[in-house]
Amino acid sequence: MKKLILLSFIAVSFLTTLFSQTEKYMAAMDGTLQQLGAAKTTEEMTAVAAKFERIGDAEKTQWLPYYYAAMVKAKMSMEGMGGDKDKVADEATALINKAIEIDKTNSEIYCIKTMICYAKMMVDPMNRWMQYGAEANANLDEARKFDATNPRPYVLQATSLKNTPEQFGGGCATAKPLAEKAAKMLVEFKPATPLNPNWGKESIEAILNNCK
Amino acid sequence: MKQLLVLLFILIFNNLITAQVIIKGEVKDNKGKALRGASITLKDSYDGAVSDSLGKFSFNTFEKGKFIAEAKMIDYTPNTQEINITNENITLNFSLKEELNELKAITITAGSFEASDRKRAATVLSSLDIVTTANANADITGAVKTLPGAQQIGEQEGLFVRGGAGYETKQFIDGTYVNNPFFSGAQDIATRGRFSPFLFKGTVFSTGGYSALYGQALSSALILESIDLPEKTEASASVSSVFIGAGIQNLAANKKSSYGLNYGYTNLLPYFEIVKQKPDYFTIPAFHNLDGNFRIKTKTGIIKFYSQYNSADLGLRRPNIDDANLKNTFGVTNSNWYNNISWKDFLGNGWRINIAGSYSTNTDHLLQEIQNKNNIKTTTGLSYIDNNNFVIDQTANVSQLKTVVEKKLGGISYVRFGGEYWHSYLKSKYNNLSTTLNDDLFAGFAESDIYISNSFVAKVGARVEHSSIINKWNFAPRISLAYKVGKEGQMSFAYGDFYQKPENIYLFNTKNFNYTKATHYILNYSKMNQFYTFRIEGFYKKYQDLVKTYPTYSNNGSGYAQGIELFWRDKKTFKNVDYWLSYSYLDTKRDFNNFPTQLQPTFAANHTASLVVKRFVMKWKTGFNFTYSYATGRPYYNFQSNGNGFTIKDEGRTIPYNSLSFSLNYLPNLGKQNAKTFIVWVVSMTNVLNQNQIFGYNYSYDGNIKQAINPPAQQFFFLGCFISWGIDRTQNAINNNL
Repeated sequence: MKKLILLSFIAVSFLTTLFSQTEKYMAAMDGTLQQLGAAKTTEEMTAVAAKFERIGDAEKTQWLPYYYAAMVKAKMSMEGMGGDKDKVADEATALINKAIEIDKTNSEIYCIKTMICYAKMMVDPMNRWMQYGAEANANLDEARKFDATNPRPYVLQATSLKNTPEQFGGGCATAKPLAEKAAKMLVEFKPATPLNPNWGKESIEAILNNCK
Repeated sequence: MKQLLVLLFILIFNNLITAQVIIKGEVKDNKGKALRGASITLKDSYDGAVSDSLGKFSFNTFEKGKFIAEAKMIDYTPNTQEINITNENITLNFSLKEELNELKAITITAGSFEASDRKRAATVLSSLDIVTTANANADITGAVKTLPGAQQIGEQEGLFVRGGAGYETKQFIDGTYVNNPFFSGAQDIATRGRFSPFLFKGTVFSTGGYSALYGQALSSALILESIDLPEKTEASASVSSVFIGAGIQNLAANKKSSYGLNYGYTNLLPYFEIVKQKPDYFTIPAFHNLDGNFRIKTKTGIIKFYSQYNSADLGLRRPNIDDANLKNTFGVTNSNWYNNISWKDFLGNGWRINIAGSYSTNTDHLLQEIQNKNNIKTTTGLSYIDNNNFVIDQTANVSQLKTVVEKKLGGISYVRFGGEYWHSYLKSKYNNLSTTLNDDLFAGFAESDIYISNSFVAKVGARVEHSSIINKWNFAPRISLAYKVGKEGQMSFAYGDFYQKPENIYLFNTKNFNYTKATHYILNYSKMNQFYTFRIEGFYKKYQDLVKTYPTYSNNGSGYAQGIELFWRDKKTFKNVDYWLSYSYLDTKRDFNNFPTQLQPTFAANHTASLVVKRFVMKWKTGFNFTYSYATGRPYYNFQSNGNGFTIKDEGRTIPYNSLSFSLNYLPNLGKQNAKTFIVWVVSMTNVLNQNQIFGYNYSYDGNIKQAINPPAQQFFFLGCFISWGIDRTQNAINNNL
C-alpha cells in the first residue's frame, strides 16, 4: 500500500511537471490574451507585449506569443502609442521575424507583416506609399498562398479600402464585397486551438453596418 | 493514507504559494536618468515587468534557483544580472547604456541638402518632388535652383552656387564625375540636364564643405545616386508638345536583376510654330535620346550599369550687335555618349567596397558665321566682327575609375579610403588649328566618421591630387562636426580646402598654372522631423589663385563670398499642401579673368528667394504646383582695354528677376480598381505673369550699344501625357490613404 502511494506520489509529481509546462503555457497565453482584451493605455499595451515576448523567449518553439507581441506593437505604432511610430513598428518587425523563424509558412504571420507595412506607411504616406504599399500587397499574397481559408487577409484589405476615399477606389463600393467575403470566411474558419488568431469579426461587422 | 494525501497536497500547495517572491528595482540610463518602458525578464520563465515612468518595476515569481535577469529597451544595450532566487524578496537595479544607432545618430548637415529616403528625417527633395516643382519642368537643376545657395541664372546652364561660376559645380553619378551634364546649346540660352530625375533615388546638393571623396569642384557638388532594382516590370510611353518617347523596364521573376531601354525624340518645330521665339531658328532644336541599363543583385551587393546616348542639332540667327545689317549665325551638332558602371558590395568583417567606372565621349561641331541680309556668309574687314567666323570641332573623352573601401569600426564609426584616376582627353580644332589636351589626374582620399555618441559626430578627412597637365600636387583637408541640440535640432560646422584645375579654355593658352583654390567655413543649425525642415546656415568662402587672363594668364585672381541662407519646408500645417521657402543672402567679390579689380561677378545676386507650393486635390485627382522665384538685380560690366589694362567703361545692375511658374498633374486612373494603365497628364507654364526678365547685357565692340540678354521666349508652355503599363500603382495609391 505504502509502495503504491509512493509510486502514485512519484507519478503525480512527474505528471504535474510534464503536464504543467503545456498547461502553464496555455494558462499564461490565455491570461495574457484576456489582459490584451482589457488593455487600453500605452502602459497596459506595453506590458502585454512584453509578457507575450517573455513567453515566446521562454518557450522558444511557439510562434503565437511572438505573433501577438508583434500584433500589439503594430497596433501601438498605428495609434501613436509608445513614442516614435517607426521605432515601435521596427520592434514589431523584430518580433514577427522571430515568429517566422519558428514557422516560415504561416498565413497569420504574414497578416501581421501586412499590418506593420500599413503602420510604417501611415507615418509618412506621401513618401512611403510606393515602398510599403507594394510590400503590404506582397505580404497579403503570401498570407493567401499559405492558407486560402484564412479570412484575415480579406479583413485587412476590406478595412483598408473602407478607410480609402471613394475617388481613390475605396469606400463602401469596393470594401463591401470584400467584407462580405470575409464575413463568410469568418463563419467557416475554425482556429486550430483556442489560442490561435480568430479576430476580424468586429471590424467586418462595423464595415457591413456602415455600408448598408 | 489520508495523512499522506494531505501531506502530498500540502507539499504541492506549499510549492505554489509560499515560494512566491517579489523582485523589484529600477532601470536607469548611464547618466542616471530613469528609463520608462524597459522590459525586465527572468530569462527562461514567463515572469517579468515593464518599468514605469520613474523607471521602477516590480513582479512576483514562483521560480527558485539561479536565473538570469535581463533589462532591455530599444536604443539601449541590454544588460543582464545573475540572481539566485530563494525565499527572500530581491531588489535589482539596472543601468543601460545608449546604443549607437545609425538611424538615430546624427548626420552632418552643414553645407548639404540630402534628398533621399535613406535617412528617416524629412527628406529635402525626392524625384517626385523634382517633377512636381513648377519651374523645373522635370529638370534636376531646375528644382535644385529653388534651394538656398543657388542663383537664378537664366542665360547659362549650370548651378551657380554661393558666388561660384557654373563650372565650379560638378555633378557625380554613383561617385564618378559627369563631364557634360547639360545639353550643348547656344550662347545666352540655358539648356537642360541630360539625366531624368527618375534615374536617381538620392540627390545630395552640397553647397560647400563636402566630403574628401569628391574633388575638382570649387563651389558645389551635386551627388546623384542611381536607383537599385525597379519595383516591377513595366512599359511606358509619352507624348508631349515637345517630345515623344517609349521605354521598357524588365524585372526578372526572381527579383535579382533587371534591364531597361528607353528612347525619346524631341523636336521643337511644332512648338516654335505656335510660340514665337526671338532668335531665328534655321535648324529647329531636335534631340535623339537612347538609354539602357541593367542591374544585378549579388549576394550582398549590387552591380549597376547605365548608358545614355544623345544627339542634338540646332541652329539660330540673331542680329549682330555691331552692325545692324549683319547677323550672327550659330549652329551646333552634338553627340554625347555616357556610360557608368558600379559595383557595391560587402566583403564581410565590416568591410565594404564600392568600385565605379565611367566613360563619356562628347563631340561638338560648332559653326559661327557672320551673315548678311540674305543669310550668306560675309566678311567685313573688321577683325572684331570677322572673328565671329569660325568652325570648332571638339571631342572630349573622360574615363574615370574610382574605388572606395569602407571599414566599420567599433559601434557605427567608419573609416573610408580609396583612390581615383581620371583621364581627360580633349581635341579641339579651331578653324584649321588643332590642339589636344591630355590630363591624367590621380587622387587619393581618406576620411572617417567618428561617432563619439549618438549626438556627436566628427568627419575628418583629406584628399591629395596630382594633375599631369599642370603637373602640380594639392592637399585638401576636410573636417566637419555635428552636435545634436534638443530633440530634433543640431548644430554643424564644416571646414575644407577645395581645389580645381583651370578650365580647358585657359589651358589652351598655357599649362603654366596652379590649381584654383577655395576654403569653406560653414556653420549650420537645422531642426527637422518628418513634417518640417528648418535650417539656417552662414558661410564664409575665400578664393585664392583664381585664373586671370590679363595681363598674362596666371593664378593671380582672388575673392571671397559670405552670406546667410534660410530654408523652411512644411508638409503638415495645411492639409494636402507641401511648401518650402528659401532665402539666400550673398555678399561676394572676385578678381578673375579680365576683371580690373575685385568686383561682384555677373552671376551673383545679393538676395535670392523662392517659394514652392504644391497642393494635391484628392477629389479631382489633380496636383497644382506653383513656384515663385525672386532675385535682386545682378551687376553687369563693360570692360574696355586702353592698352594699359582693362577699365570699367560701363556698369549697372539688371532689373530684379521675378518668375511665377505653374504646373498641374492630373492622374485620371488614380484609384481605379485593377487598372493596368497608369496615366499622368502634365500641363505647365513658366513666367505666368509674363514679367520681363533680363539676365545681363551684351555690348558692342565700341561699347556704345548695349543689348539686354533675355530668354529666347518669355514663357514656356508644356502639355504632356505619360502612360505606363504593368505597375499596379493604383493599389499603392489606395494604401496611401488608409
